[in-house]
Amino acid sequence: MPARKVYLDHSATTPLAAEVYEAMKPFLQERFGNPNSLHSWGREAKKAVDESRASIARLINAEPREVIITGGGSEADNLAIKGTAFALQGRGRHIITSAIEHHAVIDTCKWLEKQGFELTVLPVDETGMVSIADLDAAIRKETILVTIMYANNEVGTIQPVREIVRTARAKGVRVHLDGVQAVGHIPVDVKDLDVDLMTLSAHKMYGPKGVGALYVKRGVKLDPLVHGGGQEFGLRSGTENTAGIVGFGAAAELANRRLEEGAVEEESRLKDLLINGITEKIPNAHITGHPVERLPFHASVCFDYIEGESMLLRLDAAGIGASSGSACTSGSLEPSHVLLAMGIPHELAHGSLRLTLGKDTTEEDILYVLEILPKVVSDLRALSPLGKELS
Amino acid sequence: MYSEKVIELFMNPKNAGRIDNPDGVGQVGNPQCGDIMKIYIKVKDDRIEDISFETFGCASAIASSSMVTEMVKGKTLDEALKVSNKDVMEELGGLPPQKIHCSLLAEEGIKAAIEDYRKKAGIK
Repeated sequence: MPARKVYLDHSATTPLAAEVYEAMKPFLQERFGNPNSLHSWGREAKKAVDESRASIARLINAEPREVIITGGGSEADNLAIKGTAFALQGRGRHIITSAIEHHAVIDTCKWLEKQGFELTVLPVDETGMVSIADLDAAIRKETILVTIMYANNEVGTIQPVREIVRTARAKGVRVHLDGVQAVGHIPVDVKDLDVDLMTLSAHKMYGPKGVGALYVKRGVKLDPLVHGGGQEFGLRSGTENTAGIVGFGAAAELANRRLEEGAVEEESRLKDLLINGITEKIPNAHITGHPVERLPFHASVCFDYIEGESMLLRLDAAGIGASSGSACTSGSLEPSHVLLAMGIPHELAHGSLRLTLGKDTTEEDILYVLEILPKVVSDLRALSPLGKELS
Repeated sequence: MYSEKVIELFMNPKNAGRIDNPDGVGQVGNPQCGDIMKIYIKVKDDRIEDISFETFGCASAIASSSMVTEMVKGKTLDEALKVSNKDVMEELGGLPPQKIHCSLLAEEGIKAAIEDYRKKAGIK
């Protein structure tokens, strides 16, 4: 048994917070009503859904009416992109995205391309940032949507979202931001940004899996993907996932409180301790992503001469949960498209490691990782034929 | 996803490192694909007297390297050339489908090392 268990894969998913679990429990059993029913059981469920929607809206400074609950972040991305494409195809068929999107965005855009839409994929610089000049130049008369992620899941880079929205909106183009990694972790204000659409996910912020939301600014027209009973203001039919929605609402309340209590600063402090420790203790370690404009809980690094899956499994044996963008962990032959788009060479991208902190991560956890990781890296380097001029 | 044997050999690989003055060295794979296997052999009386490996790659690549070096140690060169990737996989208790190429690297690594030895020794 490892000396300690340290989960540092919060970008993959977060544990359900105790208070979220408590809030959900009654709705899995005794408060089972269908929110669409008129009787007391239904009204009780409806009230809970409404209150939760209001909590989610508050987290991003939206109106409750602008929050469409979905079956997760991927569905919300699909609704934003396909919903826009179907609703606005009479006006144009050109969509702009970036090279470092989540597959829920990039694969949806590529599917639309097969249906006859045109796609422009913006490049990113070595820190993972899109260029506003590139975006500006890519917008055409036929452009109906710009879809770019708020913050990247693999390298933590936060995009210049304000400028992205301003640039697109100045030319009358709708903007969707995939906010799955950002919302709940940094302050996000949809009114201030003036963005049209934004994706949220509950399980990335201590809520349950299988529930997400799409912020849809008042007046923004979308075609639904799921037709039926007309729930979620006609944009997402199906009886509401009451327990999941209540969990999402409780998670939003928790996120709001954590942001007020300085979670960003505390997570940043531990993340900096981790990043500085890695670069001090391990030679040939390259921090990936933007040095400043990055998620406060996100550390990502590439190590020369070793492969990511090996690192993960050795760390796992020591009780540390991490992830990697190496080909062997993705199940394909190519390493992460994000790292490659940032100009990181294949062989270095294979040695990528992502460590994402959470609300329960302690300084002791970080010190434990800083004790284990250098040994894992040096042991694997000793096994590797590469970079032997070092030893 | 991995057998216990794979994990055991990945955590504690046998024959890892370099041999001084090897009689043959074989290198297969490439860093772009995320796999490089380098096999070092010492040959005496047409037998593999000593063998070691250095591998850049995932857990199954490291476990396959460890396994194949154990399997061919002490064997004649012709016997060693008969060890196939299937044999390596079997001894490892199987590999996930997307990792089969790791066992292929192991087979090819041995062949490359023997070929290098024979070339150096002037044996056709």
